Amino acid sequence: MKFSDFVATDAIRSHVDAGTKEGVIREMSQSLVDAGSIAAADYESIVKAIMKREDLGSTGIGRGVAVPHTKHPSVSRLVGTVAVSHSGVDFESLDGEPVQLFFLLVSPPDRPGDHLRALENISRQLRDETFCRQLKSAKGPMDIRHLLEEADSHGVAS
Amino acid sequence: MNVSVVGQHEDRLAGILNSMSDQMVSREVVVGMPQGLHARPADQLAREARKWQSRIELLNNSQRVDGKSILEVLTLAAEAGTRLVVEVTGPDAHEALKAIGTLFDRNFNEQENNEGR
Repeated sequence: MKFSDFVATDAIRSHVDAGTKEGVIREMSQSLVDAGSIAAADYESIVKAIMKREDLGSTGIGRGVAVPHTKHPSVSRLVGTVAVSHSGVDFESLDGEPVQLFFLLVSPPDRPGDHLRALENISRQLRDETFCRQLKSAKGPMDIRHLLEEADSHGVAS
Repeated sequence: MNVSVVGQHEDRLAGILNSMSDQMVSREVVVGMPQGLHARPADQLAREARKWQSRIELLNNSQRVDGKSILEVLTLAAEAGTRLVVEVTGPDAHEALKAIGTLFDRNFNEQENNEGR
């Protein structure tokens, strides 16, 4: 699975303002509403579900990256977006590092495989430190978009 | 007194011998969670693996990843039913393998909870 298979490009944010976990999740979910990927009516329920998932254990996977996510019956296919916080947000990650790079995923409940393949793609690409650093220092959403496109075209699609 | 001194020596000797010849142990595990080896079990796995000195690796066919890194574990994209081999090398290999194996055997305690992932 490629980034272009699930990242809503119009929802990409290069400068999130929020300084808390919930704030970031709200900002990213709102960007998905604005991009038309999720319905405004589902916003609150999606945010709550993502927060509930965070309560079970942080999705901060290390290297300043977090993948807040949930299953939600309102989506018929996996949707997601990317955001960068230049100041970093405490996400209770395994390595204790503040998180600067976020991948938020909302997937249909009956498609666990797609969710796994999206996580696989994100984690595989992020093993490349240069890619990770470039994303974190993106000046605008277009930078992020281009970096994702480049990763899609170079990476081995799976 | 003498006995305890000898005991200490034996302990130390055993420690030295262990580090000289790091043991490698392995076993097969099956991903039993319906959602596969997703973020939460990957996190649990890496947290457990980091408690041990030994090197802990997961193998899926030709792919070999570091069990102490969530990022690496997630690159396995191991769906329900996938068979993996856990390979542990180091002074506490046996205990570490047992602990990691138990996580899989218990489906990362997630049978009842099919909600968030």
